[in-house]
Amino acid sequence: ELESEAKVDGEAASDSESRADLVAPPAPVDNTPEVLNRALSNLSSRWKNWWVRGILTLAMITFFFIIIYLGPMVLMMIVMCVQIKCFHEIITIGYNVYHSYDLPWFRTLSWYFLLCVNYFFYGETVTDYFFTLVQREEPLRILSKYHRFISFTLYLTGFCMFVLSLVKKHYRLQFYMFGWTHVTLLIVVTQSHLVIHNLFEGMIWFIVPISCVICNDIMAYMFGFFFGRTPLIKLSPKKTWEGFIGGFFATVVFGLLLSYVMSGYRCFVCPVEYNNDTNSFTVDCEPSDLFRLQEYNIPGVIQSVVGWKTIRMYPFQIHSIALSTFASLIGPFGGFFASGFKRAFKIKDFANTIPGHGGIMDRFDCQYLMATFVNVYIASFIRGPNPSKLIQQFLTLRPDQQLHIFNTLKSHLMDKGILTAATEDE
Amino acid sequence: ETDIDDRYGDLDSRADSDVPEIPPSSDRTPEILQKALSGLSSRWKNWWIRGILTLTMISLFFLTIYMGSFMLMLLVLGIQVKCFHEIITIGYRVYHSYELPWFRTLSWYFLLCVNYFFYGETVADYFATFVQREEQLQFLIRYHRFISFALYLAGFCMFVLSLVKKHYRLQFYMFAWTHVTLLITVTQSHLVIQNLFEGMIWFLVPISSVICNDITAYLFGFFFGRTPLIKLSPKKTWEGFIGGFFSTVVFGFIAAYVLSKYQYFVCPVEYRSDVNSFVTECEPADLFQLHSYQLPSFLQAVLRRDTVSLYPFQIHSIALSTFASLIGPFGGFFASGFKRAFKIKDFANTIPGHGGIMDRFDCQYLMATFVHVYITSFIRGPNPSKVLQQLLVLQPEQQLSIYRTLKTHLLEKGLLQPALKV
Repeated sequence: ELESEAKVDGEAASDSESRADLVAPPAPVDNTPEVLNRALSNLSSRWKNWWVRGILTLAMITFFFIIIYLGPMVLMMIVMCVQIKCFHEIITIGYNVYHSYDLPWFRTLSWYFLLCVNYFFYGETVTDYFFTLVQREEPLRILSKYHRFISFTLYLTGFCMFVLSLVKKHYRLQFYMFGWTHVTLLIVVTQSHLVIHNLFEGMIWFIVPISCVICNDIMAYMFGFFFGRTPLIKLSPKKTWEGFIGGFFATVVFGLLLSYVMSGYRCFVCPVEYNNDTNSFTVDCEPSDLFRLQEYNIPGVIQSVVGWKTIRMYPFQIHSIALSTFASLIGPFGGFFASGFKRAFKIKDFANTIPGHGGIMDRFDCQYLMATFVNVYIASFIRGPNPSKLIQQFLTLRPDQQLHIFNTLKSHLMDKGILTAATEDE
Repeated sequence: ETDIDDRYGDLDSRADSDVPEIPPSSDRTPEILQKALSGLSSRWKNWWIRGILTLTMISLFFLTIYMGSFMLMLLVLGIQVKCFHEIITIGYRVYHSYELPWFRTLSWYFLLCVNYFFYGETVADYFATFVQREEQLQFLIRYHRFISFALYLAGFCMFVLSLVKKHYRLQFYMFAWTHVTLLITVTQSHLVIQNLFEGMIWFLVPISSVICNDITAYLFGFFFGRTPLIKLSPKKTWEGFIGGFFSTVVFGFIAAYVLSKYQYFVCPVEYRSDVNSFVTECEPADLFQLHSYQLPSFLQAVLRRDTVSLYPFQIHSIALSTFASLIGPFGGFFASGFKRAFKIKDFANTIPGHGGIMDRFDCQYLMATFVHVYITSFIRGPNPSKVLQQLLVLQPEQQLSIYRTLKTHLLEKGLLQPALKV
């Protein structure tokens, strides 16, 4: 039994054989549209590549603007699609590495787990934001009340199916794919849901971080192209210190300008809410303090340079400096991680979806950490807990617990002087 | 250029010869035991060692329960760290990655980060009054998520900077291995502690049900076992499985009855700042008060009674025992598959006759999560102290508006008398 399993292990999961397959990538499917091919047929191969990349970059940016214009619902759907495509790309790499096409159960199980985790996360979001809608419809109310239990049951079913599907000669492969699937879910799905949380906070919290990462990508590339000399890190030989630092400053400036422009518009600044009457998303509110112009004193050093004593800025712009700094300094580590991953598994790109750029994952590798950072940043520094959610939780407590909390809150408010005996009698 | 990946990366083809069968190494059986049992044949000797160790572990369990919640928490933490260590060590053996010195450090660092995050979340909830007093703790709690994230990021960046040209694949494997291990061991252990805070009975009954199922399934299999259950674990039989199921339900039912009487087991664990320790004192919830239930007619004939006095918790214990007997074993099969996949006999050699700590806890994985989900879905709503803590963090205007909403609600329900002066 040992020999046969060794043989199968050797065939099925041997990385030395897979290396032979992966070292020379199969002639890539050239997705470049015919039109482009003809138009650029005259140029040399190097310039052609540059033009293809450039045009696709502009196409993607335009697409980004269009979906912003179309509103939160479309944005959510796009985030969902990007998530599924990224998941698909990483899982496919796993199949390639481990030659595990012949484990038919596994494809089904991976997609099933993706469905479960998405169901869990969407359920949590829907319960928070669509509270009134959910309370009205009886089936939705039950689904929402027992949401965690249902999600757990669904996941358990997948887990038990996995255990029952373990086949004698393929144990190790199956465990690898199981681990691979879970790590992919952890990276891809949690990030995409944090992105959606940020979006609901206000579209500006979605647009500014993503734009900063894109800007940093482009600026670092330009600075590197024109001024690049000192290599930054062995993992990505094309990156240079000049590009890194130039990109940092350029992104901070870009972030400041972009925040200034966007803070003026309600549609970007207001939290996304679901309106029960119109059955759609609305972004209408009184902009919070963060998005009102305030006067700041300029430190003496800059006063002499700029010639002004004070400057009018949105407080959000100060926060945008933190966001841009993260995007420029730490965001690239996500890119290095992806580069290391590609080198480890000897692949050039995650996939061939976008001509000149590679797969969807290649475009989004720097965004990984950004979404989590923005979410943590908002939770820590911007807003506290959600008041309506608190009221909702309060109403489900036992009466004695409710009274206890009410009295504690009351004494707290009285201590702080927010509540006085006079206002009590209203 | 010889890529170390070439030599160690294709772990799957070589690993069969390289991953050893369990080294017959350190026999940890204490000397006294060896001498006392020297007379018996090897098979009985093994049986006796297993038996004695089982009794020892159960006694240790009872002792820790007696010593209280704090000791239990420490025990859970100790077990978590040991399980993590065992799984990571297996990873090192499989991938021969001893020579990546950074990686040991990074794995333990990530363990520390994740524990810091989870303990911070728990501590903030339960020690709210204690925390309010200390300034530094206030700061740490307020920005807890940010600090945890920053710590994790530092580890992530260290990992990226530590990527060495010839070891990429190995390092990514160990990175993933560490994260999956953290996901399994650390989250489960924190759910166990959450269950514990709900009331020690929520900790004791599930764990005992799993242990009981293990033992009774073994005994039923030993005496009546004939039909194999699953190829993964050839020693398991259907007779053992079904017999274990019924015994565990009965055991759970009885254990629930016995434990429900004592405030010590039934009350949520609270931290009292005045006495600076954990107390379990309360008015037992409805769940733990005797109720009369109508027996269905066919049982009436058998038992010759109309009604029976039960604790509602006993009904819940049936659900817990059912899960422990039917689904819990899948955790065991998962661990068996894992051991076969990596050709190891036991996770480690810590407990003589039993293997490693993980070997004892493999069926408990899913149980802790199930109990937690069960409690949040069917037993209690949100955690009151957490709601209070979040209220206190809000802006004053929001607090005021919530206060008014709550007041209206309580007045409507008649819980608050309008004319009452504070």
